[in-house]
Amino acid sequence: MQLVLEKRPERSRRMALLSPLLAILLTVITGAVIFALRGIEPLHGLNVYFIEPLTQIWSLEQLVVKATPLVLIGVGLAVCYTANVWNIGAEGQFTFGAILGGMILVLFPAWQSPLTLVMMLLFGILGGMIYGAIPALLKIRFNANEILTSLMLVYVVQFLLDWLVRGPWRDPQGFNFPKTITFEGLQLLPMLSGSIHLGAVFAVLAALVLAFVMGRMLKGFEVRVVGNAPRAARFAGFSRPRTILFCFLLSGGLAGLAGITEVASVVGQLQPQISPGYGFTAIIVAFLGRLNPLGALAAGLMLALSYLGGEAAQVSLGLSDRIAKVFQGILLFYILACDTLILYRFRWLKPQALAATQPAE
Amino acid sequence: MDVWFAVFLTIVTAATPLLLAATGELVVERSGVLNLGVEGMMVMGAVAGFGAAFLSGNPYLGVIAAIFAGMAMALLFGFLTLSLVTNQVATGLSLTLLGLGLSGLLGESFVGEPGVRLPKWLGIDMLIPLSFILTAVVAFVLFRTKAGLIIRAVGDSHSSAHALGYRVIWVRYGCVLFGGACAGLAGGYLSLVYTPQWVENMTAGRGWIALALVVFASWLPWRVAIGAYLFGAISILSFVVQTRGWSIPPQFLNSLPYLGTILALVVISASRRLTRGNAPASLGQPFVPDR
Amino acid sequence: MTDKDGKDHLLEALHIVKIFGTLRANDDVSLFVRPGEIHALLGENGAGKSTLVKIIYGALQPTSGELRWQGEPVTIGSPAQARKLGIGMVFQHFSLFEALTVAENIALALPGAFDIAALSQRIRTISRDYGLPLEPSATVGDLSVGERQRIEIIRCLLQEPKLLIMDEPTAVLTPQEADQLFLVLERLAKEGCSILYISHRLEEVKRLCQSATILRQGKVVACVDPRKETAASLARLMVGSDIHVVHPKAKPRSGPARLVLDKLSLAQDGPFGVGLRDISLSVAGGEVVAIAGVAGNGQSEFFDAISGEKPLARNEALLIDGKPCGRLSITARRRMGAAFVPEERLGHGAVPAFRLSENVILTRYASDKDLTRSGTIGRDAAANVAERVIKSYDVRKGKPDPEARALSGGNLQKFVVGRELDRNPAVLVVNQPTWGVDAGAAATIRQALIDLARAGSAVLVISQDLDEIFEIADRIAVISRGQLSEAYPASELTREKIGLLMAGEHEMREERHAARA
Repeated sequence: MQLVLEKRPERSRRMALLSPLLAILLTVITGAVIFALRGIEPLHGLNVYFIEPLTQIWSLEQLVVKATPLVLIGVGLAVCYTANVWNIGAEGQFTFGAILGGMILVLFPAWQSPLTLVMMLLFGILGGMIYGAIPALLKIRFNANEILTSLMLVYVVQFLLDWLVRGPWRDPQGFNFPKTITFEGLQLLPMLSGSIHLGAVFAVLAALVLAFVMGRMLKGFEVRVVGNAPRAARFAGFSRPRTILFCFLLSGGLAGLAGITEVASVVGQLQPQISPGYGFTAIIVAFLGRLNPLGALAAGLMLALSYLGGEAAQVSLGLSDRIAKVFQGILLFYILACDTLILYRFRWLKPQALAATQPAE
Repeated sequence: MDVWFAVFLTIVTAATPLLLAATGELVVERSGVLNLGVEGMMVMGAVAGFGAAFLSGNPYLGVIAAIFAGMAMALLFGFLTLSLVTNQVATGLSLTLLGLGLSGLLGESFVGEPGVRLPKWLGIDMLIPLSFILTAVVAFVLFRTKAGLIIRAVGDSHSSAHALGYRVIWVRYGCVLFGGACAGLAGGYLSLVYTPQWVENMTAGRGWIALALVVFASWLPWRVAIGAYLFGAISILSFVVQTRGWSIPPQFLNSLPYLGTILALVVISASRRLTRGNAPASLGQPFVPDR
Repeated sequence: MTDKDGKDHLLEALHIVKIFGTLRANDDVSLFVRPGEIHALLGENGAGKSTLVKIIYGALQPTSGELRWQGEPVTIGSPAQARKLGIGMVFQHFSLFEALTVAENIALALPGAFDIAALSQRIRTISRDYGLPLEPSATVGDLSVGERQRIEIIRCLLQEPKLLIMDEPTAVLTPQEADQLFLVLERLAKEGCSILYISHRLEEVKRLCQSATILRQGKVVACVDPRKETAASLARLMVGSDIHVVHPKAKPRSGPARLVLDKLSLAQDGPFGVGLRDISLSVAGGEVVAIAGVAGNGQSEFFDAISGEKPLARNEALLIDGKPCGRLSITARRRMGAAFVPEERLGHGAVPAFRLSENVILTRYASDKDLTRSGTIGRDAAANVAERVIKSYDVRKGKPDPEARALSGGNLQKFVVGRELDRNPAVLVVNQPTWGVDAGAAATIRQALIDLARAGSAVLVISQDLDEIFEIADRIAVISRGQLSEAYPASELTREKIGLLMAGEHEMREERHAARA
């Protein structure tokens, strides 16, 4: 007997809901195996990693804080990938948004007014959009692969930030540390509760608005058609270049917003490292959320938990917090594998038919 | 003379890992599969190569470990994209994310340890001539042998190849594994020759540059070699700047390979004649045979 | 080994059953082919012909049943094994590699190592020998459909087959090219090679074949000598009842010109595309005009140019109801009352993964006011339209509002045509309206096209099926290498005349005119 794939006549709605859950379950099982291999009692390990962070107020707040940038970026990427537009440079758009938003304060360090933050946020969004527009325009004008260009731009902007905070933008009173002045007062996002800041509201709003756009509006329909059947999109009069630009501006803007909210809250200044790879982890958020903005909202919390669990594992289990990245990578693999079941089902091929498919040579 | 030799050596050492990885990916793409996980396979090759050499003291074991690590990652990719028909772009991305994470975890205890350098043969690193031999062999096999014809046929139209009775999936598995071996070897070159030590994320985007090189070379092996050496030449710039004592921020010099990649992609992609002619027609398309 | 006539059989297929999911594509099918005979396999689209020959060629495995080759039971596990036995096949959808050369394409089908130089020589010899000219070093992507078919045939001949399977070979040929092919097949049969000839064209089967097995809905309904049958009796066997005849054409009302093409030109796109040159045509309200032509002569470019998927350089090159619109988008042209049905249903005319109601929105969001309200989609309105189309055009489906890909080809075609007819368009342009559709559905669609025209709309049909064209067209023009002939009244044209036009007669004449002037 051999297991073969068989196309389903239609996509299975049941599997579409079940597959992310199945992927999470498989990741947890794999986690238990990894813990066991490291000589940690698996249940204890899983408890520390996945359960304990959910039992205390402060860590729940941390969960929301970490989920905020993930969701903001992830919902934008979900729209991109639905359109078959592969923006994987969100980390760069995040950084450029932070740079452009932070520029306001480097230029006017003493500006303290409610307008300060508004300008920072607007410049952050603008920065992300500008940086997202580059690969989009290169794709539209020159047909340059957006996957590669958007990723290359991540490296470039990280060097730019590094140069800025070590050179022209360095805080003169900063004891030569590579960082800008520290933001304070009205330059920081208002807090909602504990360590949760206003960015969480942006994230939820972005998910809700995009869910409506994608599900109920003609623009969302256009994005879905362009991604699903390019030829049919042209037949419907939808322009692919326009969609590419729309997706990059949208996801770039959201990543830029995430960047500036992160530096105007958690980080509090510009420094060489402003993100633990949120822009890349958000790719997993988009897929775990089944490219659905509301799904990305839930997935963002799940991935935030993996970061917190990593920290907890470092403290309580003596493991490296790098294990978080491993869990995230494994999770994405499982999601992709489980998604196969939405369009295909497994079927046993009978032995005689199998023998018959062996080649003649 | 010494200066020129140093310049040449700088170019060669920078170009070799790109050439190795890009040659492997070229074969993969010629068979119609787009594996965006080169960076992940490469970084796993780097950590496995360093680790095996460091723990055993034998650098040759390191080379073998690097190759196998790349192939193991490629097998994972192949299983998902070929057997489970997952989206190749997303799966390649996840291979890179997993590789970067896993190598960081596995290599944690190697950070700061002294590496074992691969010995030179007749004054040069053996992987350098090997990279050329590899490219020449790939060029020969692809365009002068039946095996290469089959690979190109599978990449051009998998349904026609299937109709003629070729086992599309197995041909692609073979190519994907070959690509993984090359990427692993390229990673091993980094941690055993280029800078014999382990640094997290030490591939620094070279896997992505190798992917861009395949497009730049419009899927022709000898153009991959030219491209790799052009990119290697960018690294002389910092050499020149150092010797002349110019005060250019190092960050600017460091970002040049990435900007160069973008520029190369733009120039080559803008010319439709160059890219369309050789691009495998079924690149990235999933294949499920009727039964 | 021997049948009731006492003759040896080259191939016997006994009680073949093939099940796909719930569909019994072949249901206890038996087939007997004698050495040196041309044996027809007749049936409608979906009758199970392709499934059966794929089983014989080893590309599919039967669910149950037995194959015998020269009397011996065999399992044909792969096409390579079939070729080794001496079975060659020319597919309807060619299995060729566009980026490779003719010689490389042929080398791939031959066992063992390859020597391109020696192989090229053999190709030249055999192609000259059989009158099938072919240049071994040419890239397949640059060749016409007829030339591509020659590659497939020579690929088979080089293996000296005992049985050659031809799947609808004349569907892509001009009548003259088809005649040429028949000569080759007859010569092969004389040389002792059996031919299994799959077709639904009755006249050519009557002319070419000595015996015929007729399939209907996966079952063998008859095994006859086609030379002793009439086309009508064969058709009855194929369809199972008297075929539906399209309602006799009422005289076309000659109304005002609603669709006018004035020296329309379009540059060639990509290495394998066809450019359009100076195409002029006028379609009046009330008439059906058909564009005949062999595949790959610019039909899809012609469709894209009229629909607006490829906008034109000159605004006056296209007029709808007198208004120039050459530079307008497809959406703008739809707003002017035009409607379009492309050749490819899945992925072009409809999004495979979308429900039928969503596919209604695809082409009608701009022209139907109630489908969009300030940027949002009117789902209920779309569902109503889908329901109406499904009812009016008898679209059969498994469940309410299924995804487009879940429908059979014929039912989806009824839907995509019905979706446009439901708008009651002023101008309708259809590319291959009944390609791969069963006879019942084809008749429904053809009748609907005529009815639309008689109600005052202009209908332009692009088709490769001459039977269809003669059934519905009032006037006929022929497209060849991106140029369009004059449109002749259907009554003045014969198949032979059309064949000559397909082969580019009008181009030659125009060139002569040009030379004289």
